[in-house]
Amino acid sequence: MKIKQVSVFLENKSGRLREVAQILGDAGINISAFTVADTSEFGVLRLVVDNPEEAFRILKERHFSVRTTDVLLVNSSNKPGALSQLLNILSEEGIFIEYLYAFTMNDDNAVFVVRPTNVEKCHTVLEKYKDDLNGKGK
Amino acid sequence: MIWNEKIECASRDEMAAIQSIRLERTVRRIYHNIPSYRAKMQEIGIMPGDIKSVEDISKLPFTNKSDLRDNYPFGMFTVPMSEIVRLHASSGTTGKPTVVGYTRNDLQMWSEVVTRALCMAGVHKNDIVQVAYGYGLFTGGLGLHYGTENLGATVIPISGGNTKKQIQLMQDFGTSVIACTPSYALYLAEVMKEMGIAPGSLKLRIGIFGAEPWTENMRREIEAKLKIKAIDIYGLSEVVGPGVSCECSHQTGMHISEDHFLPEIINPETLEPVKNGETGELVFSTITKEGIPILRYRTRDLTRLIYDKCDCGRTLVRMEKCKGRSDDMLIIRGVNVFPSQIESVLLEISETEPHYLLMVERDGSLDVLKLMVEVQEQFFSDEIRELEALRKKITNAIQSTLGVSAEVRLVEPKTIERTAGKAKRVIDNRKY
Repeated sequence: MKIKQVSVFLENKSGRLREVAQILGDAGINISAFTVADTSEFGVLRLVVDNPEEAFRILKERHFSVRTTDVLLVNSSNKPGALSQLLNILSEEGIFIEYLYAFTMNDDNAVFVVRPTNVEKCHTVLEKYKDDLNGKGK
Repeated sequence: MIWNEKIECASRDEMAAIQSIRLERTVRRIYHNIPSYRAKMQEIGIMPGDIKSVEDISKLPFTNKSDLRDNYPFGMFTVPMSEIVRLHASSGTTGKPTVVGYTRNDLQMWSEVVTRALCMAGVHKNDIVQVAYGYGLFTGGLGLHYGTENLGATVIPISGGNTKKQIQLMQDFGTSVIACTPSYALYLAEVMKEMGIAPGSLKLRIGIFGAEPWTENMRREIEAKLKIKAIDIYGLSEVVGPGVSCECSHQTGMHISEDHFLPEIINPETLEPVKNGETGELVFSTITKEGIPILRYRTRDLTRLIYDKCDCGRTLVRMEKCKGRSDDMLIIRGVNVFPSQIESVLLEISETEPHYLLMVERDGSLDVLKLMVEVQEQFFSDEIRELEALRKKITNAIQSTLGVSAEVRLVEPKTIERTAGKAKRVIDNRKY
C-alpha cells in the first residue's frame, strides 16, 4: 500500500523530538511508526501517522522543515525469515532501497515501511508477491 | 635606517608642495582618461583647474569599490594595455574581482615604498626575509618580494602554507625576518612548539604582519612567543598593495608614504572631513600612479592620522592601527569576505532568499568561519545523503567563490534570530 510518510528536519539538540511529539499529540494525530536517521549535527525524523496531511500542515505552521514522501507499507508475517524474504524479492527484482524500517502489529503481523528509489516499480513488484509475504501464499 | 630621508623627513610645507603638484597632475590625468570619474566631477561642477593644492582635495568626488567593479576589468586604467606590465586582483563582492594594473613606473614606486617600509621595520640588507604571504593575484607576496630585493636583502619566496617547511627553512637558511599575516605568525609559533623548536634558537628578529586587523594584545603575544619585534604593515591593492604604510621600530602608528598616497579621514556618514586627529574612515588618493590612479578612494577602514614628528625622525604622517570597518567586510585569515558574497552563493544553490548566520571565531590562532544555513523547504530532502550532499555543495561553493573554507552547518528554520524582520547575518567572536 502506498502512503504519505511525514519527514521532519531536526537539529541534534535536546528537546527537538519531544516538541514534535507534543505538537502531534496535542493535535490528536497518532503515530504508528517512526525512525530517526541521524548524523552528528542533524537528523531526519520519519513518521507514519494516521493523518499525514494534517501532520504536515501543523508542523509547517510551527516552522519545521517538513515534507511528505511516498513510501510503501508492506504487510508481512511476524516470524523469522520475513525480512530476508522481502529483501530477496526486492533484490531479485532489481529494486534499490533508500531506506526501510518496520514495526509489528501483533504476534502474527508485521509491517515494513519501504522507501524505494522507484516507488511505482516497487509497488507493482510487491503487489505481485503480496500473498507470499503475508504467509498466505503456497 | 631611513631609506629616503629627503622625503620621509621632509617638512610639512615641503610635503604639501610635492603633494599639490602631483595631485593636480593626477586629477587632470583622470579627468581626461576616465569617463565615469569625469562625469562625477561634471555632475558637481568641478573642473581640473579647480584643484590647485592639497587643500582642494575635499572638492573632489569619491571613488568606491563599486566603481572598480562597474568598470571591470580595465575601465579605470589611464594608460593603454601596452604600458601595463602586471595585473593583480582581489576578490570581489559579486564574483567579479577588483583588477589593478601596474606600469613599469608603478612597480618601481611600489618597490620603493615597500623598501621604505622594510627599513622602517628595522630590516637591513644583511637580513634574510621569508615572504609567507601568498604569491599570485594577491598583492601580498610579490609586493614584499620586490621591496626586499630592492633593499638588497635576501628574499625566500616561499609563499603561504606548508608550515613545517616554513619552520625548517627558518632553521636551515637562518631567516631573520618573517612576513605573513599576524594570525599565521601565531600558528607558526604553535607548530614550532609542537615540533619542539625554541623560537629563541632561531635567527628570527622581526615580523612584518598585515593583511588583517590585529590588536596590541596579539602583538604582545606574537612578540613573546616568537621572540621578535612585531611590525604592522598596511596596504590595499586598490591603492598599491602592502607598503602603503608601515610602523617604524617605535610602533606608534604606521608611516604613510604620503608623497604617493595622499590620506584623508572623513566621517563615513556625512562624508565630510573630520577635525584633525579625529577617528573616521580612511580615504586615499594615489598621486603618482599611472596604471590605475584613483582619487578619494574609500578604504572603509576606520582610523585616525597623527601629524606629529615621530621619535624615529620621520615626518611622514602616521595612521593608527585600524579600529574596524565602516562596512560589513570581514577579514578571515587575510581574505576579504563580504556577507553579500555568501548570500549570492546560497542564492545560486537554493534559488530563493536564504537565511544564514556567519560566525567568526578564533580557534587557537586561526580564524574559523562557521556558516549556519536554515534548511528551508526548497533544501529539504528526507534522505540523509542528499542533505550531506547539499552541505558539501555549499561548502565547496563557498571555498571556490570566497577562497576561504567554512564549516557549514544545516539548522532548522527560524532558529536564526531575526531583528525587526531582518536576520542578523554576522557574529564576530574574535577578540582583536
